[in-house]
Amino acid sequence: MDRPIYMDHAATTPVDPVVFQAMEPWLKDSYGNPSTMYTAGLIAAGALERARASIAERIGAQPNEIHFTSGGTESDNWAVKGAADAQQNKGRHLITSTIEHHAVLEPLEFLEKRGFEVTRVPVDNTGMIDPEDVRKAIRPDTVLVSIMHSNNEVGTIQPIAEIGAIVREAGAIFHTDAVQSAGKLPLDVAAMNADLLSLAGHKFYGPKGVGALYIRNRVRITPLMQGGAQERRRRPGTHNMPGIIGMAAALELVTDRMAEEGPRLRGLRNRLWEGMHETIPDIAINGHPTECLDNMLNFRVEGIEGEAMILCLDMNLIGVSSGSACTTGSLDPSHVLLAMGIPAEEAHGSIRLSLGHTNTEADVDYFLEAFPPVVARLRDMSPVYNKPTSRQ
Amino acid sequence: MYSEAVMDHFRSPRNMGVIEDADGVGEVGNPTCGDMMRITIKVKDDRIEDVKFQTLGCGAAVATSSMVTEMAKGKSLDDASEISNKSVAESLGGLPPNKMHCSNLAADGLHEAIKDYRSRQTAASAT
Repeated sequence: MDRPIYMDHAATTPVDPVVFQAMEPWLKDSYGNPSTMYTAGLIAAGALERARASIAERIGAQPNEIHFTSGGTESDNWAVKGAADAQQNKGRHLITSTIEHHAVLEPLEFLEKRGFEVTRVPVDNTGMIDPEDVRKAIRPDTVLVSIMHSNNEVGTIQPIAEIGAIVREAGAIFHTDAVQSAGKLPLDVAAMNADLLSLAGHKFYGPKGVGALYIRNRVRITPLMQGGAQERRRRPGTHNMPGIIGMAAALELVTDRMAEEGPRLRGLRNRLWEGMHETIPDIAINGHPTECLDNMLNFRVEGIEGEAMILCLDMNLIGVSSGSACTTGSLDPSHVLLAMGIPAEEAHGSIRLSLGHTNTEADVDYFLEAFPPVVARLRDMSPVYNKPTSRQ
Repeated sequence: MYSEAVMDHFRSPRNMGVIEDADGVGEVGNPTCGDMMRITIKVKDDRIEDVKFQTLGCGAAVATSSMVTEMAKGKSLDDASEISNKSVAESLGGLPPNKMHCSNLAADGLHEAIKDYRSRQTAASAT
């Protein structure tokens, strides 16, 4: 292969050329601040509101329900802390799941230290939440439920509309982290019964450093920051115009392409798995057999460790991530895999392939050629794997 | 994130494998933590004539195992016992801070192998 192969689109995506083109004027001549009242500012304000309306339309929201942020982490933090703070006179009980992103789990831990109570509903061995578990967890003082739409490590898609209906019936606020879903699953805040929904531009071929939080009209949420009138005083700070324009262009692009791109990625993913399964013994998928993002393939390889696989694949110019959090500075295996009941030693031996626009059939061929020798080499080195390393 | 020396040992590990009729075997770590090493040694005239490793683990775990075999080979048992996890990490140009504990066990593995050899000697001379 004469170019690096990128199979980590769940980590981030390249900015699409169409998106870059849409952004470029806002990095050059059109530098006006949309909060000013002369021509340059008015032009920017017009573009800002068109971007807001475009994003709203693609998730079934009203434009004034879209709030621009710095990304997925801010959107999740704001949703959790902001809603909990605004509702705390009504109650101080919060519900989430064991497999949320740390941008949800850690703000909840922060709130726990300040007197809130948090219930974490479990998942089954495919990473699926049972809506009935959410229903059972709800108490009279429950004010917020935060459950992700699709999981960032294993791709399991939650029955979000059903969970949302249960939460709405109970009169609590429902937040869903849809950061991994945009461009891969249809998003309709009404159908999902969502009050709050997080998006991040760079996960769908937009730029980094920009995101959005949908806040349903009449839902109260405390701002994280003070200091300006932007976003109706809810999210002060000069608007990131290139980022916002880019994110809107990107969401248009991926929404338009979704019907074609989904089945294409599903096909590549299935070929990857079938090809590996044919040549490599003792490997297994982590995740749900059908309710899984089309582009996601998380699997475990017996007898070897995830980071070693990542380094070996990198030597072959293939970029992937670990199911294990080892590479991100923590030494514990993935909380998602452990929550699914996967033993620690197998969680350590897991990696995640996440496909996207950049991937082709040739990438799959190359991976299938490069990966079995990597597994064989690491198993030869391993003191715990003493079986033949290939099926031949 | 890793030094060039770590990556070099990861890419081309030295002395990987098992000595079948080893005089001492040391095992440290466990798969639940994600890191496990087995060091086998061949001893002649109180010197480490040969040493091999097998490792399950991350880049740092593989590199420290490879490095400890290189440092120990040819050394007297007493000198080899002086090799520490810290000196292995230093010889590799350092390790990321979070890898210093979990993945830096190779010298412990070597010490276990030497201990195993010595206890076998004691057992043999007792009979």
